[in-house]
Amino acid sequence: MTTPIAKTVTTPATPVDQSLLYPSPYKEFWQAFSRNKGAVAGLMFMCLIVFCALFAPWVAPHNPSEQYRDFLLTPPVWLEGGNWQFILGTDELGRDLLSRLITGARLSLLIGLSSVLISLIPGVFLGLLAGFFPRILGPSIMRLMDVMLALPSLLLAVAIVAILGPGLINTVIAIAIVSLPSYVRLTRAAVMGELNRDYVTAARLAGAGLPRLMFVTVLPNCMAPLIVQATLSFSSAILDAAALGFLGLGVQPPTPEWGTMLASARDYIERAWWVVSLPGLTILLSVLAINLMGDGLRDALDPKLKNAA
Amino acid sequence: MSLLQIKNLNVRFGDANAVPVVDGLDLNVNEGEVLAIVGESGSGKSVTMMALMGLIDAPGRITADALSFDGNDMLKLSGRQRRKVVGKDMAMVFQDPMTALNPSYTVGFQIEEVLRQHLGLRGKAARQRALELLKKVEIPAAESRLDAYPHQLSGGMSQRVAIAMAIAGEPKLLIADEPTTALDVTIQAQIMELLLNLQKEQNMALILITHDLAVVAETAKRVCVMYAGQAVEVGQVPELFDLPAHPYSEALLAAIPEHSEGAERLATLPGIVPGRYDRPEGCLLSPRCPYVQDNCRRQRPSLDPQAHSQVRCFYPLNQEVA
Repeated sequence: MTTPIAKTVTTPATPVDQSLLYPSPYKEFWQAFSRNKGAVAGLMFMCLIVFCALFAPWVAPHNPSEQYRDFLLTPPVWLEGGNWQFILGTDELGRDLLSRLITGARLSLLIGLSSVLISLIPGVFLGLLAGFFPRILGPSIMRLMDVMLALPSLLLAVAIVAILGPGLINTVIAIAIVSLPSYVRLTRAAVMGELNRDYVTAARLAGAGLPRLMFVTVLPNCMAPLIVQATLSFSSAILDAAALGFLGLGVQPPTPEWGTMLASARDYIERAWWVVSLPGLTILLSVLAINLMGDGLRDALDPKLKNAA
Repeated sequence: MSLLQIKNLNVRFGDANAVPVVDGLDLNVNEGEVLAIVGESGSGKSVTMMALMGLIDAPGRITADALSFDGNDMLKLSGRQRRKVVGKDMAMVFQDPMTALNPSYTVGFQIEEVLRQHLGLRGKAARQRALELLKKVEIPAAESRLDAYPHQLSGGMSQRVAIAMAIAGEPKLLIADEPTTALDVTIQAQIMELLLNLQKEQNMALILITHDLAVVAETAKRVCVMYAGQAVEVGQVPELFDLPAHPYSEALLAAIPEHSEGAERLATLPGIVPGRYDRPEGCLLSPRCPYVQDNCRRQRPSLDPQAHSQVRCFYPLNQEVA
């Protein structure tokens, strides 16, 4: 008889005062992010693509370069003449389209990721310098960026590839250079906003030197817009790579890359629409997914848009 | 030998001929003393403190006959040496607690950073000391606050954390730059009381920069009244309030709302502080002073000892010695 009573008495005492337990920043972020359904959908699609890219050789039903000469331009399964062997059909050389799309995800993600990293790191560094030295160094960096911004980005990328020569690495470099100015500008604007705050003065007072002030004190507070910009330019990098591939300046065939696939199939657009449409659709969906994800990130990271007081 | 000695400090922004923002300021602070600096916005209070700590960036320039703190000549110290003194022996509490803490790091991390830098404490010892500091500034449930981010704290609580950070290095001089301006009235009283208790407990000197004359009357031993970059009167507390010698001090005291009870409007000083282009040739207060004489408009008075205080005026008021 006594044990159940003892139990009921002890249970309310065990929970710690909830108001004193602060939610971890990751949990808070996830709550804000998951409220945006589009962002979650984008994230799930991206997870699928990343999975395909990572495990392409096991996921893809065929070797992407294998030419099935008996099955040229086979339509997808749901069309007349379709074949379960090639779910999304084959292209003009009899290669399995699904396998090529899956393998192409590898290249597109690689191009997106590496060009974002290659432009993010120097961009942030230049932006920090421009914000911290507003007298001579800052304006000269910014004018240089203005010159780069004055040229249409694809034109500039084409020019850079024309100089360096077509190929995967040069494509990445060209896209990275083209997206550099936006990082520099964003970082500089954020740094200039933060520098006027008292905590920066307090850090200087507490004895922080310039490198510590730049990278430890100020930079983490500028990250929110940068993360969003990075996700958004990830998608534009994929688009740019596809555009360069379409123009024949990007990744060279027979490497399966979405833009290159689009370009090599354009002669068959009237006879076999799937050879053109499916890579285009893949590009569209992945860019859309990344953009949705970026929007969700911005809503979750930008304190000005947070609806929680 | 006083803890802090400032002689003829000038701060200008721009070239050497620019109008000084701080103009020939002399100030002494002894160990364990509470000095209040009062004056309206733009009178050079905060800039003086920034200059003292070497935080004036180009195009600002500092000149002084002497600027010494605890035996160090602050003008001659290299950046590295200055960073050893400032932040440890000399610390500051800022006006707006919401921006004085770095939003990206927890409260505990920020306090531990100061402890690591200046006292060489690491790991458990630093965390223990940070906890003690939070308890010292009377933060409830200090243990859990160590892991809180600044946006999770209220204004008063953030200011307490900022104070904890400032006293982490056991400073000999604490500069509080309008520490209560951004807080509501009840919290103001608590924060002031906390600052004064800490000041007594640690026997540190406290420079209190404020607009609030009531706070000055209750807390400070000495007051420096600043106007347009100059100290116009420096005196002991009850005397300066009872018998202000400078017309500006008198006007400042008359502007306290309680003194105008019954009157239709509050007492004010006509005109505005002279700016960059309309600085008068003579006494800086001469265009606004109710007692102005002819020579006030031509010559600048110097800060001279008078009956109760040091006054920058040719015709000081209330000079009869009781």
